[in-house]
Amino acid sequence: MRTGVIALQGDVSEHVHSLKRAAAHMGIEIEVVPIRRRGTVPSCDVLVLPGGESTTLCRLLSQEGILEELVDAAHRGMPILATCAGLIVLASEGDELVERTGQRLAGVLDIAVRRNAFGRQRESFEAPVEVKGIGTFPAVFIRAPAVERVGEAVEVIATLDGRIVGVQQDNTVAVAFHPELTEDVRLHAYVLSLALGSGTTSSPCTTSSP
Amino acid sequence: MKLEELRYGTELIKRGFASMQKGGVIMDVTSAEQAEIAEAAGAVAVMALHAVPADIRAAGGVARMADPQKILEIMDAVSIPVMAKVRIGHFVEAEILEALGVDMIDESEVLTPADVQHHIDKKQFTVPFVCGARDLGEALRRIDEGAAMIRTKGEAGTGDVVEAVRHMRLIQGEIRGLAALTQEELRLAARRLEAPLSLVEETARLQRLPVVNFAAGGVATPADAALLMRLGADGVFVGSGIFKSEHPERMAAAIVEAVHHYDDPQTLAEVSKGLGEPMRGISARTLSEQEALQTRGW
Repeated sequence: MRTGVIALQGDVSEHVHSLKRAAAHMGIEIEVVPIRRRGTVPSCDVLVLPGGESTTLCRLLSQEGILEELVDAAHRGMPILATCAGLIVLASEGDELVERTGQRLAGVLDIAVRRNAFGRQRESFEAPVEVKGIGTFPAVFIRAPAVERVGEAVEVIATLDGRIVGVQQDNTVAVAFHPELTEDVRLHAYVLSLALGSGTTSSPCTTSSP
Repeated sequence: MKLEELRYGTELIKRGFASMQKGGVIMDVTSAEQAEIAEAAGAVAVMALHAVPADIRAAGGVARMADPQKILEIMDAVSIPVMAKVRIGHFVEAEILEALGVDMIDESEVLTPADVQHHIDKKQFTVPFVCGARDLGEALRRIDEGAAMIRTKGEAGTGDVVEAVRHMRLIQGEIRGLAALTQEELRLAARRLEAPLSLVEETARLQRLPVVNFAAGGVATPADAALLMRLGADGVFVGSGIFKSEHPERMAAAIVEAVHHYDDPQTLAEVSKGLGEPMRGISARTLSEQEALQTRGW
């Protein structure tokens, strides 16, 4: 299976590491390709959009012509895992910060996001979060966004203290936290399982924690 | 969810923040206007300071933490993370920056050191720190004190990349050298590096520093930035190189593109065209011992 990791900026190598561990855990072979320019996305079976700085990521995605490819891939049903800044990139509606910085969002997910919803780096935190179908996940929130509105097609898969921090719409899974910073690869395994056709939109697989 | 299960300022959170900066350019700014230019150009973060290194160098005197008023203006102006510098060992300046809500603190040799024996005990802070280093031992000592990110010192404010290259090559070479060592030899290496054995072992195993390593000090052109990325930097800090160049907006955007396409000479040629004069600069070799900033810290 060909797994593309958008490698413009942010914690790319951590996602590569998690994907390889998830694949080993599932007993499947994957090829991981970093994507730094247009042309590679259509050849992938599954995509990962890492965290980083969303202002920078949006700018580079658009400049490199990858944003359109990403939208196409999502609409064709390619499984996508987006974390933190990745969640912002895929949203259809942003907050006043998104407006002011002129970020071009992909609009793949019918959600509204709030950037830095929990505060600045000083307010970043670790907390266990219940993820639907997966169980308790050791979530790492870094200047994290939160989802403020979801459309009908969107399923909420994780909340924290009443705020939405994980969603799924068709085969696109987006979380406000960073699974790739931990050794827990269940979310990566889940997205790989969607690509294998063994996942369903309503019940994320329950690959056990390593 | 029980609120007591929330944990702030852990090693994972501090290092995780630094990881999010990878592949990016962090730019020195002295005002809200400059911060907006940096953000628009694609900077991943800005470093707030009262004067860029070239001006600190020219002005002489004691260089200190920037005015909190200015830092707050910069924090209000941009959505990307805001970092700010404190003097080496000046833990009170660091407490002030943490109270302001700055996203990362740079314990920097560019400012005049406040303590000639102690660096800040960075583990006492919730906010992550970045520290300068010239070689592997210095980098590991800073990580041992709690630094979540390392940047090569280079020779700030010169526009001469030679020292940043020297430090990056030295650190990478020393890491490669650890790979061939036996356990007994690693123990000796730890003594020679004046760093804890556990960190030396971790570095030997990972074949990279346990935290993110950015290049800094003397970057003045897109090609300089790409050179340091080719040598293994995770990203680049640019100080005087942007706002001391003829067209800061163009230079800033070009350096961001160069860091992104660091291994593609065709694109580097394209982004390097017609940028106007880079900062004038001074050759780092002509500096006297007293004028060098990189020798501050140990």
